Amino acid sequence: MSLLIKNGRMLDPAAGVDEAQDVLIGEGRIARVGKALRAPAGAQSVDATGKVLCPGFIDIHVHLREPGFEYKETVASGTRAAAAGGFTAICCMANTSPVNDNRAVTDYILAKARAEGVVRVYPIGAVTKNLEGAQLAELAELAEAGCVAFSDDGKCVMNAELYRRAMEYTLPFGTPVISHAEDCTLAHGAAMNEGLVSTELGLRGQPAAAEEVMVARDIVLAELTGAHVHIAHVSTAGSVRMLREARARGIRVTSEVTPHHLLLTEEAVRSWDANTKMAPPLRGKRDVEALREALADGTIDCVATDHAPHALAEKEDEFAEAANGIVGLETAVSLLLDGLVRPGIIDLSTLVTRLSTAPARLLNLPGGSLSPGAAADITILDLAQPFTVDPRNFRSRSRNTPFGGRTGVGAPWMTIVGGVPVWP
Amino acid sequence: MGWKRKDLLGMQDLEAAEIAEVLDTADSMREIATREIKKVPTLRGKTVVNLFFEASTRTRTSFEIAGKWLSADVINFSTSGSSAEKGESLLDTAKNIEAMSPDVVIVRHRAAGAPALLARHLRCSVVNAGDGAHEHPTQALLDLLTIRQKKGHLDGLNVAIVGDIAHSRVARSNIHGMKKAGMTVTVAGPPTLIPPACQELGVKVSHRLEEAIAHADVIMMLRLQHERMRGGLIPSIREYSRVWGLSLGRLEHCRPDVLIMHPGPVNRGVELAPEVADSQYSVILDQVANGVAVRMAVLFLLAGGKAQ
Repeated sequence: MSLLIKNGRMLDPAAGVDEAQDVLIGEGRIARVGKALRAPAGAQSVDATGKVLCPGFIDIHVHLREPGFEYKETVASGTRAAAAGGFTAICCMANTSPVNDNRAVTDYILAKARAEGVVRVYPIGAVTKNLEGAQLAELAELAEAGCVAFSDDGKCVMNAELYRRAMEYTLPFGTPVISHAEDCTLAHGAAMNEGLVSTELGLRGQPAAAEEVMVARDIVLAELTGAHVHIAHVSTAGSVRMLREARARGIRVTSEVTPHHLLLTEEAVRSWDANTKMAPPLRGKRDVEALREALADGTIDCVATDHAPHALAEKEDEFAEAANGIVGLETAVSLLLDGLVRPGIIDLSTLVTRLSTAPARLLNLPGGSLSPGAAADITILDLAQPFTVDPRNFRSRSRNTPFGGRTGVGAPWMTIVGGVPVWP
Repeated sequence: MGWKRKDLLGMQDLEAAEIAEVLDTADSMREIATREIKKVPTLRGKTVVNLFFEASTRTRTSFEIAGKWLSADVINFSTSGSSAEKGESLLDTAKNIEAMSPDVVIVRHRAAGAPALLARHLRCSVVNAGDGAHEHPTQALLDLLTIRQKKGHLDGLNVAIVGDIAHSRVARSNIHGMKKAGMTVTVAGPPTLIPPACQELGVKVSHRLEEAIAHADVIMMLRLQHERMRGGLIPSIREYSRVWGLSLGRLEHCRPDVLIMHPGPVNRGVELAPEVADSQYSVILDQVANGVAVRMAVLFLLAGGKAQ
């Protein structure tokens, strides 16, 4: 089947393209790009006047929850949420039940994705068995089965020797190790950031140092091993400073930031809404400013949502006992367009790079380009589309977002995976 | 004036005028305790539920007496442990209670924010009787009432709050209330027991007991929880008591009319020497008596104010 997308503005930062172009798709790939293309016989045609065609967005940090927590999310619901949010590919974290620390679980997730998924799914394998931080998972077999990176995300591998060995062992696979940088002794079961707000609310806070101690360690280990270390959900100005310095010295350390750490501060916790509770916690204003600057200048490579679905009862609870994390797939693009691009904090081309080309390059995934021959994974944006975040309409099985009711302008308009429109 | 709030969740929310209204109302309630028949019909037909998720004797009893002297029906509902332990969520428990149509629910919970969560979901009034390390507004109100009663005013007084400020809801509520009443507050304790960014609350921070209490009109000693040692916050009770315990000797350099307060229960010999607790400076039992008056005032304003 062929598909012709006409009259759109093509924004392909990797190729330096930002102009009106028609795109012809055939057999799942970009067949031709040019002006006033004619639809071949039998081709479908889409009029994208006023819309922006981007390389498909890739979210490298998603909790799909399947197997084991299907009441929160499934491969089917999570990939539909991704499609609705403009993502054509997602990477799913290993903290399922059972944990994705062996080939059988990886195979299961990939089989589910083939049968029920609507976007591409790339599993991330556990670093240690059962995420216990004690013994390496069978990393070679996981890589062979299709894991694109390794992470104990949700937990920090506290044992530096073991983590060093994980970095070394995976070097030949070309798969990064992704760090959940949070020293659990300093974080100490905290419910939020440490500071005036935690003092006023009487909630246990964790200092920025809980993250920064581990970012520092992992930079040092990356230097020692030569491995590619990727820092998940960077949240503090101090982490940004260390990353900038490390990259200037040529150390292979990359990082991501979530939309909520770019858009909210710890002040949001004053609502006592457990949807403002996540790990790492929402930080201060200066941290948010540093994160925005780092995303704009490329110190932070990409945006990832840390989509973390939870059932209502796990969130509508005493704040200190409520589950960590929020859903993000269906809100990220709109919130970033409205919150960062519209006010001019970062330009559209940079945001598209951080959502497509950069994550593809980090994890050696296909995508990130609209050149002829590339897989036809395309995210089309409508920059003029007003939106209201309404959790009741989520495709995700969960509704845990602090952004409910938020309005703005700019939204995904169509999501195409392998030449097939999967949303709307 | 006129009370407009549905709930009493914390001193941080209250305006100075509202605090004064509670204290004035409590002053008029205090007389009831001196009567032979300690009962007025003000809240007859109203139902007050003491919903205590954390062990408490004096606060629960104080609310119970307050409700009974006002002729409300007071029901005690005590349960311990988290939602996970008892297999029912906080909200479910509360909604079950609400189905029995109470007028006021008084909540004590070990989790900060639990009363706020209930207040958002329940139609009846919610009173925070202590939530984690967050707030304990009726304690602060009874402390202010006691100070005002003994000193005749609040404005301009110096207060030292000494001990485990970091984990104390009493300290937080008092800091908010005292600042609004025009008092100068110094908090004192080892740095590990002072919460982060504490100065931003508008208080002075001291790490020396003598310095903190030298010019104090009021010294409020806080209870030291024994479990603080486990977190590595203090090396031992013995050392804490030596450095931070208030003895008669240390009082020698204080003002002769200084008031010694303690929210109770007192660890005699830890933060307070027994002879200080029983000295002429101590107003600890006045605090307890004023607790009933303040809670009568709060129940009256929340549940009965409209009838007046």
